[in-house]
Amino acid sequence: MSQLLQALVNGVMTGTLIAVPAIGFSAIFAVLRYPNFAIAAYATIGAFAAWWANVAMGLPVPAALLVAFAVTGVVGVVAEETSLKRLRNNGALIVAIASIALNLVLENIVRFIFGNEMRGYDLPIARDMRFGDLRIGPQQLQSLLLAVAIMAAMFLFLRYTRFGKAMRAVADNPDLARLKGIDPAKIAIVTLFLGAGLTGVGGVLIGLDTSIDPLTGYRVLLSVFAAAVLGGLGSIPGAVAGALMLGIAEELALLVVPATYRTGVGFVAILLMLTFRPRGLLGERAA
Amino acid sequence: MLSYLIFTLTLCAIYGLLALSLNLIWGSAGLVNLGLAGFFAVGAYASALATGAGAPVLIGWGAALVVGAAVGLVVTFATLRLRDDYLAIVTLGFAEVIRLVALNERWLTNGSDGISGIKAPLKAELGTQNFAYFYLGLATLVLVIVWALLRRLDASPYGRALKAIREDQQLASFAGKPVLRFKLQAFALSAAIAALAGALYAHFQSYVSPDHFQPLITIYIFLAVTAGGVGRPSGAVLGAYLVVIFLEATRFVTEWVPGLQPVQLAATREMLIGIALILVLHLKPQGILPERIPKAPVPPTAA
Repeated sequence: MSQLLQALVNGVMTGTLIAVPAIGFSAIFAVLRYPNFAIAAYATIGAFAAWWANVAMGLPVPAALLVAFAVTGVVGVVAEETSLKRLRNNGALIVAIASIALNLVLENIVRFIFGNEMRGYDLPIARDMRFGDLRIGPQQLQSLLLAVAIMAAMFLFLRYTRFGKAMRAVADNPDLARLKGIDPAKIAIVTLFLGAGLTGVGGVLIGLDTSIDPLTGYRVLLSVFAAAVLGGLGSIPGAVAGALMLGIAEELALLVVPATYRTGVGFVAILLMLTFRPRGLLGERAA
Repeated sequence: MLSYLIFTLTLCAIYGLLALSLNLIWGSAGLVNLGLAGFFAVGAYASALATGAGAPVLIGWGAALVVGAAVGLVVTFATLRLRDDYLAIVTLGFAEVIRLVALNERWLTNGSDGISGIKAPLKAELGTQNFAYFYLGLATLVLVIVWALLRRLDASPYGRALKAIREDQQLASFAGKPVLRFKLQAFALSAAIAALAGALYAHFQSYVSPDHFQPLITIYIFLAVTAGGVGRPSGAVLGAYLVVIFLEATRFVTEWVPGLQPVQLAATREMLIGIALILVLHLKPQGILPERIPKAPVPPTAA
């Protein structure tokens, strides 16, 4: 019983961590209408930018998160403008394939600079907190709170700011949005900055848990996709719900299958969801 | 140097088969398969295990074809109703699951140690040097046969029906084409060809391990098909040769750059592949040998 409860708690925590990059991925999908595989590299770049800020510059974690957000946001916008933008007319599939190539390039730039070895953040070692039989690491708790704060900020941004409203309008109906005087090119840039930036922050949060290397982002790519598909591609509340479900499913599955099959759980979850509810939990593009 | 050249050309033939597989499913039927590396692995392991159990090499290749087609059918059944972007995500997940299985089911695949000592047909009789020539010839022959068959298919009513499905699935269905059956057949055939490539690879290397089936292979093949010409078998094969030669060329180029660590060399090569794919998509999205679209027949005018 306590094992089950512990799995649930762990699941909520991994879920919230996956939710951050999943929101980034969903925002990009909602506005630009293609699945961006380069988010794996964005997560890795964020993780390394924060590592640099944290270890080399000695900044605390929240400041390192801001650095990661800004660096990845800029990389995302520059990458899109230089290598993906002109392909958008050729259909979602071609852009998706190009984004795989882009991912390869960015991932290897990180590998070129930092090498393959694993690196850890400069964090105080702390004892797990115990609540009855449950154990929670202080670092996990801090990441959880940061993730929740970031999500809250994102929701407020989408709900109340001009850019947030415009993003939702473009996601909902690009033609109508254009008629209303919204410049889709500008919205695309803001979305990419936000989406890539959030993915980068997600990469840091995931890295805080263990260590980082150039494949950090790639390893969570399938989980992020699974979360986004589970919730309904392009839906931001859906991404959060999907990530939580996936996190819990992954942790529960660990009770019965070996830990190495963790990414496989995401794959099975995608298949089941698409078979029974092809548009995902909350429906598609209800950004 | 000569043996290196022969090695490279054999690899070209194997990648050519993979490119034909992707061209059939993506170029003709318009379904994206990011799980190519997974089918490649399935075929390699199927043949390695069958011949390891004592079957002759030809039976091993047959096993690879059958298992590949069967797995292809399963994947298609699970994904038939999916749109492009979903299909891309699911097939990527499929390849990853295959790699995980190969890595973890030690009783079947020997885990990360891989399977070594895979039968090399006639190697004992021919000697190492002659075997290399023989296998190059064999792999090239298989490639030529599959290419010729697919070229026929491409020009046949069946191939045209596939392309009709690619262009407009609903319209094809209105025109009375059994879209579902066509998709299943095309995916199974394509998966079988990728699996055959895997079997050829396994017996060529005499060794398979999960490391051989990284998603990177899928990217190479996408580059090959895009560069060569999507929707035309000859283009796919040409693209595969170009990509392997380009890959090997980057090996020499990076050797000339002094002061790089091995990991930096590897990173540079992968970077070049990514940049090449993006450039090809931008500059020549139709490829070097673009698809030939036959003119619609002119209806006979009433005299």
